Amino acid sequence: MPESSLVKDIHGTSAECRTSPLREFYQSSLQLHRSSNMFSCFCTEHNVQECASHISQELLSLGLTPVWTELSCRSELNVTAVINCMYDLIQLHRRSIRTLENLEVEHHKLSSNVAFLQLTSTRQTEQLEVCKRENAGLVEKERQLQLKVKSLQNAVRNEKEEVHKLQSIIASRASQYNHEMKKKEKEFNKLKEHLHQLLVGKKEKKQAIDVLNNIGRADGKRSLWKTEKTEAKHEGEMYRTLLSDYDARQRELEVENAEMRKVLQQMKKDMMSVLSSTKLTVTNDKQADDGVQADSGEEEEVLDSSKESVELHCVHAREKLTNSIRLQWRRLKNHVERLDSQASLAQVDESKTLAVPRETHEEEMNRLKLEIQQCKDFIQTQQQLLQQQLSSPCDEETGSLLSDRYMSQETERLREEWRTLEEQRKIFERERRNFTEAAIRLSHERKAFEEDRATWLKHQFLNSSPFADSKKPQMSKSKSAFLISETEASGTMDPEELVKCPSDTTSPAHGCFPLTSPSTAITSRTVPYPRKKLEQTEDKDY
Amino acid sequence: MNFSDVFKQSNQLCKVSPDGKYLATCVQYRLVVRDVSTLQILQLYTCLDQVSHMEWSSDSLFILCAMYKRGLVQVWSLEQPDWHCKIDEGSIGLVSSRWSPDGRHILNTTEFHLRITVWSLCTKAVSYIKYPKACQKGIDFSRDGSYMALAERRDCKDYVSVFVCDDWHLLRHFETETQDLAGLEWSPNGCVLAVWDSCLEYKVLLYSLDGRLQSIYSAYEWSLGVKSVTWSPSSQFLAIGSYDEKVRILNHITWTKFTQFDHPSTINSTKAVVYKEVEKRPAAGSEDLSIHNITIGTTLFNTQSKYDICSLPVQIPVVKPDPDRANPKIGVSTLAFSSDSRYLATKNDNMASVVWVWDMQKMSLVAVLQQISAVRCFQWDPRRPRLALCTGNAKLYLWSPPGCVSVPVPSEGGFQVQSLSWHCSGDSLILLGKEQLCFCYMDTDQENK
Repeated sequence: MPESSLVKDIHGTSAECRTSPLREFYQSSLQLHRSSNMFSCFCTEHNVQECASHISQELLSLGLTPVWTELSCRSELNVTAVINCMYDLIQLHRRSIRTLENLEVEHHKLSSNVAFLQLTSTRQTEQLEVCKRENAGLVEKERQLQLKVKSLQNAVRNEKEEVHKLQSIIASRASQYNHEMKKKEKEFNKLKEHLHQLLVGKKEKKQAIDVLNNIGRADGKRSLWKTEKTEAKHEGEMYRTLLSDYDARQRELEVENAEMRKVLQQMKKDMMSVLSSTKLTVTNDKQADDGVQADSGEEEEVLDSSKESVELHCVHAREKLTNSIRLQWRRLKNHVERLDSQASLAQVDESKTLAVPRETHEEEMNRLKLEIQQCKDFIQTQQQLLQQQLSSPCDEETGSLLSDRYMSQETERLREEWRTLEEQRKIFERERRNFTEAAIRLSHERKAFEEDRATWLKHQFLNSSPFADSKKPQMSKSKSAFLISETEASGTMDPEELVKCPSDTTSPAHGCFPLTSPSTAITSRTVPYPRKKLEQTEDKDY
Repeated sequence: MNFSDVFKQSNQLCKVSPDGKYLATCVQYRLVVRDVSTLQILQLYTCLDQVSHMEWSSDSLFILCAMYKRGLVQVWSLEQPDWHCKIDEGSIGLVSSRWSPDGRHILNTTEFHLRITVWSLCTKAVSYIKYPKACQKGIDFSRDGSYMALAERRDCKDYVSVFVCDDWHLLRHFETETQDLAGLEWSPNGCVLAVWDSCLEYKVLLYSLDGRLQSIYSAYEWSLGVKSVTWSPSSQFLAIGSYDEKVRILNHITWTKFTQFDHPSTINSTKAVVYKEVEKRPAAGSEDLSIHNITIGTTLFNTQSKYDICSLPVQIPVVKPDPDRANPKIGVSTLAFSSDSRYLATKNDNMASVVWVWDMQKMSLVAVLQQISAVRCFQWDPRRPRLALCTGNAKLYLWSPPGCVSVPVPSEGGFQVQSLSWHCSGDSLILLGKEQLCFCYMDTDQENK
């Protein structure tokens, strides 16, 4: 049968290339076909024509020459056409297998490529990671190096500054040295000049002292000879001075020390009292334990304080005092810290224990505010009353009465004073009149007396010598000048006295104006400068 | 406040006697002694040449007049004007002359510091001290007058000799560890001698009276060092002013620094009061320029000034010194403690118009006084904490804890106050101008100044 030979041929070609799995699959399907005998299922003796037409239709669809034409009535197939068809189909099949093989190869290649690429990509991501890490490390190193560079730059700048400073120091020292050198050189030159002058033989003036007489020593004692005893005495004096100074200093330090110790003890007592009072208010177990410890500690310290005053100079007592103070201070500090933490907790919780004091606080505030208001009202009423008092335009009668009441006393007093002053003035006037009359009388009497005297003297001179005749008129003139000045003086005196009495103003003292004190403690003031004239006559020359 | 008339003086030689009763002034070659309260001339002496130095003896009985050019020293007696004494140093020359504390010996330093001659006025005896050192302050007497410390230099080394002033017996002689000793000063209680090195090395050494080295203090190396040193009157503090514009205070128990006062150019945060002198311009209206006012002249030329209180921060003008010159004008050059050791007044040379007042109890700045011109002189009242300063113009400035005041000095010819000194009672001040002097009497009841 040609079909079986074809099958054999296919089997043979399939036996040649057994490489692809698809080929194997195809082979297995062929075997299946052979085993199942599929051909017999498709075409039987009854449906040959239908099968043939179906096949020819399929062949047409595939593009091959049809093998069965319906036009021909013969029921026999065109064998050559069928064989050609079969050959074409086999070629087609072979071609498709080849392409399948190629595709398989391609697929294989591509999958291996993919695998390779995947491998390389993982390797490269790893490399990238490594590079990134290296990069980060390098960046870090660079940053550190930058910092180092900056610090080194700072150091360089500092060094430069120091170098500048040292240079300026050197420069100033050098200028100082040069200056001193020049000074010394000048002095040296002067010395050389002097020496030269002496060597040349200029007349040397000797030293000499010329005292009128020796003066006594300042303390009046006689000077002593210089002996070993005096030297020892001087040494003794010196050491005595030093010792007394040391003594004084030690005493001062002791006093200071004692004060400090007192202060420390006081502090210790205060701290202990504070701690003990707080211990009573606290009820915590832990704190009670501490309190128990504090108790025992306090007992020890109470015992110690009595001893301390005696053993103050002992080092141990001092240490004990300082240690006990340190202990107390630590306890106090802990306590305060605890209180602080408690307060902060309480604030956060907003417990009732705080509300109670807050309420009392608010009550206090309200009470105080009320008090303030009351006081303010009181002040206002007072002010109003005062205003009414002062102005009082409506109530004039009472106002005038009141003012009269206040003023009448004053007016009475002033009237009395005025009366007394008037009386005094009258008395003074009277006395003045008396004085002037007396003065006039006196002058008259004096004149008469002088005239008498003059005449008497005239008589005397006339009797005694023949010359005296010119002196008398001079004497009388001078005496009259004296008289005139007297009357003038007496005349001018009285009104001054009168003027001075009633007035209270004092004339400002000549000369010194005291510096007025500044109103605020700090501001400045300039002073008016009056002159106080002192002895001038001889001073002009000097 | 009263101002006396202006008198003549020369060479800034004007001193009040130690007992406070007399005032001696030199005018050219004359010595004038006046009574302090009335300023009447009591005595007049004539010296042989222009007087270079004048000093009272400690008992106020004698006055020493030294004429350095002629090498002469003349001593005058107040009790016996006829008494005379003349010391002629001859060709050996005279560079300085001073009294000894007992008022009976005169120490003359010869030219080139060859030796010190001790002349006794009681016995006309002479003693010599060799190799005295020529330095800023080479000789110091203790306050009670019993000891004298003298700096010496032999064989390129510094020594200090302590003499007993009674009979000039050499008590101690010891070498000091200084490169170039610049000065020495006794503490007021006479038990410690402070010795300091030149400015090239910061070194302050403290020796006890018997010559033992108690302590060495050195704040830093290399830079210019100590510029000024002063003891507090209670001997508790030693204040050291240096070229780095700081003052360091040492305590007398451990001789270590216990505080340091800086002088910054910007004052930022301090409880101190900063006073700034401000000139009050006189009202220049047309009526003020009348002939009357111009002839009087005082209002135009003597501008009044007052103090303003500045608020912080305050900038203080600083003058940078020339770095090439020696003895640069930088650093704390003047230190003064008040008499109760409570306050310290300092002046920094590159802020020459500013005086700083520090409180020693609180160790802090109390006041800063900024003047218009450079401060020339300041001195504490010997009785109370009151500081008087002058800046070379015709004003006197006073500071005390309550406040600060500027007082114009009345004078016709424009009296420029160059220096001042207090009378020992603290009741009056002597103001010295270039060729003039003026007495200023304080009110004794100025408690609220």
